[in-house]
Amino acid sequence: MSVLSPVDARKPRDPRDPREPRKGAAGRPRRRSRAAGAGGQFHGGRIAYLILAVVTAVSVFPLVWTAVAASRDNTRLAESPPPFWFGSNLPRNLEIAWHDANLGLAFLNTLVVAGSIALGTVLFGTLAGFAFAKLRFRFRTALLLLTIGTMMVPPQLSVVPLFMAIAELQWTNRLPAVVLPTLVSAFGVFFMRQYLVRALPGELVEAARVDGANSLRVVWHVVFPVARPAMAVLGMLTFVMAWNDFFWPIIALTQQNPTVQVALTGLGRGYIPDQSVIMAGALLGTLPLLLVLAVFGRQIVGGIMQGAVKG
Amino acid sequence: MRETTTTGTDGAGAAPRDAGARDAAAPRPARSHGAPSPAAGGAGRGRAGAAPAPSAAEERRRARRSRRYRRDVRWSPYAFVAPFFLVFGAFGLFPLLYTGWASLHRVSLTAPTDMEWAGLGNFTRLLGDEFFWNALGNTFSIGVLATVPQLLMALGLAHVMNYRLRGSTFFRVTMLAPYATSVAAATLVFVMLYGRDYGMINWALGAVGVDPVDWQNGTLSSQFAISTIVIWRWTGYNTLIYLAAMQAVPRDLYESAALDGASRWQQFTHVTIPSLRPTILFTVVVSTIGAMQLFGEPLLFSPGGSPAGGVDHQYQTLGLYLYEQGWVNLHLGRASAIAWAMFLILLLIAVVAAVVARRLRKSQ
Repeated sequence: MSVLSPVDARKPRDPRDPREPRKGAAGRPRRRSRAAGAGGQFHGGRIAYLILAVVTAVSVFPLVWTAVAASRDNTRLAESPPPFWFGSNLPRNLEIAWHDANLGLAFLNTLVVAGSIALGTVLFGTLAGFAFAKLRFRFRTALLLLTIGTMMVPPQLSVVPLFMAIAELQWTNRLPAVVLPTLVSAFGVFFMRQYLVRALPGELVEAARVDGANSLRVVWHVVFPVARPAMAVLGMLTFVMAWNDFFWPIIALTQQNPTVQVALTGLGRGYIPDQSVIMAGALLGTLPLLLVLAVFGRQIVGGIMQGAVKG
Repeated sequence: MRETTTTGTDGAGAAPRDAGARDAAAPRPARSHGAPSPAAGGAGRGRAGAAPAPSAAEERRRARRSRRYRRDVRWSPYAFVAPFFLVFGAFGLFPLLYTGWASLHRVSLTAPTDMEWAGLGNFTRLLGDEFFWNALGNTFSIGVLATVPQLLMALGLAHVMNYRLRGSTFFRVTMLAPYATSVAAATLVFVMLYGRDYGMINWALGAVGVDPVDWQNGTLSSQFAISTIVIWRWTGYNTLIYLAAMQAVPRDLYESAALDGASRWQQFTHVTIPSLRPTILFTVVVSTIGAMQLFGEPLLFSPGGSPAGGVDHQYQTLGLYLYEQGWVNLHLGRASAIAWAMFLILLLIAVVAAVVARRLRKSQ
């Protein structure tokens, strides 16, 4: 039997099947957590559940209260005690926030920005991660160390030259100014390398070569199928990070062409800021990611935990 | 094992699947770099099995393929890392170094290309700058207030979640809701909750008989409030990291500890914590870096989002001070110097952490 065929046989249905990465990524943490149930030697008692209930409440409360405040009006928010339940102003506030903060454009921009960054990080991270994990070349160790080392450098260290560059290129207020600097990430390379070192048997690559596949085919038919669960997780983590990125976008963009985060900072800057409208804006800006979390929560959890063990 | 052959590196359409058919018609040697078969006598490079004597054209084609193959193996790794390092070099490494260069100049935001040599002037100026020291102190105190309780709570929570639990996925996902909330949204909400006159927190304090706290204008109170935003956003994330590490602790360690009569608490301190040491160090490093660059929370904590960090700069962090110097006062050179100061402080912390880690390992 050809060594290639098991991988190759999966190829036609895999890349376009959205359920596939979900299953792959979800399967691992779930299995692991069951095994860990055995590793965690005791059943959780009442106190454990009580603590978790409190933590869940604290995690969720500010978000729920954002919605409560967004459904009131400014005068009600300037009274004590603060409101605890929903009012009737939500549609009005959402509409005002949507228009005042240019949120329609902001959403579109953020989608483009976060999408491109996630795509770039995953694609280039997988290619470089594969090379670092399974291929031999000169300076491999040095380059990997360089990559890991710069993971620790705060982004503040590059803003001034980046700002000079985009001023020079007249890219201020344009999306490439936000996309390009974070299009690849050292974390992405490291994450994919750690995954592929374990998940991709060297013999599989070797066998594909024996079968006459060139490097591009190896990547397409062997590396990508194996890496898919990790690619999905990295993509989601990167998307969340890029969606919430704040420091550089606020320098590179203005309210004329904002991302969601930049638009949100503009909401509070009126003479008499309407708090309920600000809360409506915050709610709108958060909902998409909460939706992502609701749908892919298990995968994101698995990704963070996987990265932790191997990192 | 069946020999699957394709038309080689340029065979675009020839997937290994249909190779079987061609196989039978013309068995060609596979290009393994394994030892040549005895039949080929070591001369026919990469031939396997007793292939019939090839024609001259066949030989040339094979040589070409073999050259192409070697070129591919040799250079493809560089091609794979090249896109990353090109973008990374242009937008990560180069700016890093250029910031150092810019920090030695007087540069105005209004004309960023006119650089006037200033030597170490920006750095010596920082040393005598009370706002810099103030910002450094604030960064440090907010960093401690935000990081220490956060990691301790995360550790405890991870321990709780390491029990067998029903609905553990639900708890894990809801814990991440703050992580999915952006800095901007989270801070805007917390500012309201921390409102002096109508905020929920002061109302709750009043309900138990505590006087309202001026969360904006006090030094400790404002720093505490900002720290809670950071804690709220990141505790769940760190909990998951600790939990993953705890699950990797071999079960028999606990069993033998239990056999030796260790209580649950003793198991936690004597088995769990030592096994987690690398992970704890990792989270401490990451949190320290995060604390050093704290920016969005203190920026938006002030009404209208000013980088001054409160009327008395009581919660101005280094990140805010950098932004204020560069983008409010238009001194990009000074901003660069602050950036490098941040970097040097981080390096210092990293060295200290490495030394401490080595000591800990030795003492074990």
